[in-house]
Amino acid sequence: MRALDRKLFRDVWHLRGQVLAIAAVIMGGVATMVMSLSTYESLTITRDRFYSEFRFAEVFVSLKRAPEPVAERLAALPGVERVETRVRAGVKLEVAGFSDPITGLLLSLPDQGEPLLNALHLRRGRMVQPWSADEVVLSDTFADAHGFQPGDTLAAIINGKRKQLTVVGVAVSPEYVYQIAPGSMFPDFKRYGVLWMGRNALAAAYDMEGAFNQVSLTLARGAIEQDVIDRVDAVLGTYGSTGAYGRSDQFSNRFLSEELKQLQTTATVFPAIFLGVAAFLLNVVLSRLIALQRDQIAILKAFGYPYLAIGVHYVKLVLLMTVLGVAGGVALGAWFGQGLSNVYMETTFRFPYLDYRLNAGVILVALGISAFAAVSGTLFSVARAVRLPPAEGMRPEMPEAYRATLVERIGLQRWFSAPTRMILRHIERRPLKSLLTVLGIACACGLMMVGNYQKGAIDFMVDVQFRQGAREDLALAFIEPTSGRALHELAALPGVDFVEGFRDVPAILRFRQYHHRAALFGIQPEGQLHRSLDSNLQPVAVPPGGVVLTDHLANEILHVKPGDLLTVEVLEGRRPVLQVPVLGITKQFLGVSAYMQKESLNALMREGNTVSGAYLAVTPGMETELYAKLHERPRVLGMVANKAAIQSFYATIGEFILFYNLVATLLAGAIGFGVVYNSARIALSERGRELASLRVLGFTRGEIAYILLGELALLTLAAIPVGFVVGVGLVGVLVVAFQNELYRLPLILTPENYAMGAAVVIVSALLSALLLWLRLGRLDLVAVLKTRE
Amino acid sequence: MMRFMPPDNANPAVFVAHGLTKVYRMGEVEVHALRGIDLTLYRGELVVLLGPSGSGKSTLLNILGGLDAPTGGEVRYLDHMLTGATETELTRFRREHVGFVFQFYNLIPSLTARENVAAVTEIAAAPMRPEDALALVGLGNRLDHFPAQLSGGEQQRVAIARAVAKNPAVLLCDEPTGALDSATGVVVLEVLEKVNRELGTLTVLITHNAGIADMADRVIRLSDGRIADIHANAAKKAAHELSW
Repeated sequence: MRALDRKLFRDVWHLRGQVLAIAAVIMGGVATMVMSLSTYESLTITRDRFYSEFRFAEVFVSLKRAPEPVAERLAALPGVERVETRVRAGVKLEVAGFSDPITGLLLSLPDQGEPLLNALHLRRGRMVQPWSADEVVLSDTFADAHGFQPGDTLAAIINGKRKQLTVVGVAVSPEYVYQIAPGSMFPDFKRYGVLWMGRNALAAAYDMEGAFNQVSLTLARGAIEQDVIDRVDAVLGTYGSTGAYGRSDQFSNRFLSEELKQLQTTATVFPAIFLGVAAFLLNVVLSRLIALQRDQIAILKAFGYPYLAIGVHYVKLVLLMTVLGVAGGVALGAWFGQGLSNVYMETTFRFPYLDYRLNAGVILVALGISAFAAVSGTLFSVARAVRLPPAEGMRPEMPEAYRATLVERIGLQRWFSAPTRMILRHIERRPLKSLLTVLGIACACGLMMVGNYQKGAIDFMVDVQFRQGAREDLALAFIEPTSGRALHELAALPGVDFVEGFRDVPAILRFRQYHHRAALFGIQPEGQLHRSLDSNLQPVAVPPGGVVLTDHLANEILHVKPGDLLTVEVLEGRRPVLQVPVLGITKQFLGVSAYMQKESLNALMREGNTVSGAYLAVTPGMETELYAKLHERPRVLGMVANKAAIQSFYATIGEFILFYNLVATLLAGAIGFGVVYNSARIALSERGRELASLRVLGFTRGEIAYILLGELALLTLAAIPVGFVVGVGLVGVLVVAFQNELYRLPLILTPENYAMGAAVVIVSALLSALLLWLRLGRLDLVAVLKTRE
Repeated sequence: MMRFMPPDNANPAVFVAHGLTKVYRMGEVEVHALRGIDLTLYRGELVVLLGPSGSGKSTLLNILGGLDAPTGGEVRYLDHMLTGATETELTRFRREHVGFVFQFYNLIPSLTARENVAAVTEIAAAPMRPEDALALVGLGNRLDHFPAQLSGGEQQRVAIARAVAKNPAVLLCDEPTGALDSATGVVVLEVLEKVNRELGTLTVLITHNAGIADMADRVIRLSDGRIADIHANAAKKAAHELSW
């Protein structure tokens, strides 16, 4: 090994505490990047593989009923490759020992051969036997939630008729990677399930013999999706189609895409912060190292080492720290990535397998970006070291020039003791460095706030949604639109305190080139249970004669303002196309909706008092009895109980929140400690001699600790409010980056968020202070008498 | 308990050292820095410790100043036993009784001349005013200058002002002129002479420069960890008469 390289390793060893602290910060950035990118890649690859192996369809359409020969017309359409028709039925399920309402979706499987499209991956058991009458395959989420095994039985109310079903297998489907009941906000594995049974048996039970009510198809090579959708709609319009849609509108796939998009955001925003902080730290540490080594550099140059060799020497030092950080980050990121992928697999997405990949590209990108940040952060110091003329380098540095600080110049100096003045002047002498230190510490605080943000935001979202907006205990849907008189029957049931009817109509909303498939929701304007909220989250009555849109739907999707005329293509009944004025905007964090007064909607549909379902307030303690009564009513299709849904939602996201809190705490701690410890070590190195002199002059360890740690404390305290601002800013970035149709995170930070952000900074500072205190005990007082800097 | 009485009975003993030894371990090698020193220093004296590098003079000064502990023997400061004192007791000893002057001044760069002195007077029991201490060293007109704005000689005079401002019983100077040219060095020595004369502070000055020895009341020569010779200057010279 060459002498210069040996020096490199000695320097690294000598600086090991700081090297580790810097490596930890780089590690944080690389870990978040590797975690997000590898999870993103793994999920993408897994998804693509699963979709192609199990022939996920590309266009989907549901309709009322069409005779089987219509399928041939669809297959003959230009751009269509393969077509498969199915029977699908919304059902109520009965599971022994579970009294809450369960809704299910029954889908047909061909009795002969494999499904052409949307094939199932069997987890256990077997597929249904051809022409079997009562065999079903269950979605694995539902089966796992209830512990179903092949051979178990359950009952389904299909079209008002109770049917006993036998479980023969448990499977996952590319169509239901993410499963959520229609009308629900959250997945609830216990209360919603997808089931597959033989086409013949299901058609018999659902009066669909020789007919179908659902079509999936794939596109021929080169076909344009929208053209095919238009052609399909033209064929199926008369059969009660609710409109064909592509994969981007397919619910499970859309949710998966949103989630993947968020992972990409995570993979850019957070590493950028970490690597910026790391670049700053490297700059500070290297400037100091070079200041300490200026005589060594001068001697090397006097010996005849070329400038380049010396420059390369220091760049190597930086790269060594970077490599350490990247190696640690890749390992940690892979571990986080696997953890995160598993959390996804267990709580949200159901794939038959997970192809966890950490590819060399991700590692190279991490290494490249980190090295770039690190080298660019230190280039200035290195350049200065290299330019120093040898003779100048060997002279001692002049005492550093200080001046009275601003607070002193304005006449406050008599309030400060000499040690306090030292603190203030030291901070003010290098304002940029002090500022960057404050910003670095603030980033730790901000990151911690982001990590903890979700819990409070979700609580808030749930509170707004369920305690302000949808306050019903139970929402139920009828099999088909029904006379408003049905509400009186519901109100008479035991346990029902209050009933509100609603009318929902599937429709396509259009404004200029924008469109959105949604339900027009007719609610009672003076509703007590289901209310729309204004921008201050106060309930407002929906005015008559027009629609009120969720802010996200109006602003981001349709780009309409109150006063604009919206074109509404109703996909039910006589399928009118209507011009409806937008009357207002309503605030909603979950989902998007278009609200009207129920009577206005009834009028538009040219129908009398008609409802599609009802919201119920239920007497506490009466739920089980009421569920049983409603279950018996053939016209009641499905029920969603809010309280149960919320509970199950929290159980699901609990793991995510824990995971993110763990990651955030580790990473914020790494940044906090990295910045505070490095700043303090540099300060000690710069001022060790000064402090030792004071010790010789009779200052106690406590008194010199005040000078050193006072500065640290001041910067840390200044960093906390800045950190709060950084935290709010970062959360703001997340809120904007993560907003989508399914949910918008509110910009809500709880006192707990702030407390945690401050805590991570204070704990890092205390830990650094403790390490420094120990070092102050080892100051060499004798050396100070004899040596110059 | 033994009492060392001063020769003329007028000046009491400030330091009494007895059988001082100091052994350093430098890796595998044992260095005998002091090999048995017996010494008494009196109030008001100006003592020069003279000797080549490695003779043990700095080690002796460090032990007297409470910065280092001897391996063997004992040191007494007035009625305090320094040997065996705790770190806290030694800190208090330095704080209340000792003024240090360093070869490289060791001023605090972020504090002005006045504040450098104030840093010490703020924690002292009965200090002078920083302005008076600086006037004593002839820097009454440089009170608000930062070290970076002062010459080497001026910086060292600030350091002396800082050392004497707490009215210490003893002033320990380790090569105070080592980093200065001879003309500037003489100015600094004049200040030390003045402090010694006007305040009666026991002043111990380390040097390897024999020319400085002429200004001392007593010159103690060290060689190889032992006192080679102590002699009193019958006719001591004033600092301004010195040159080297």
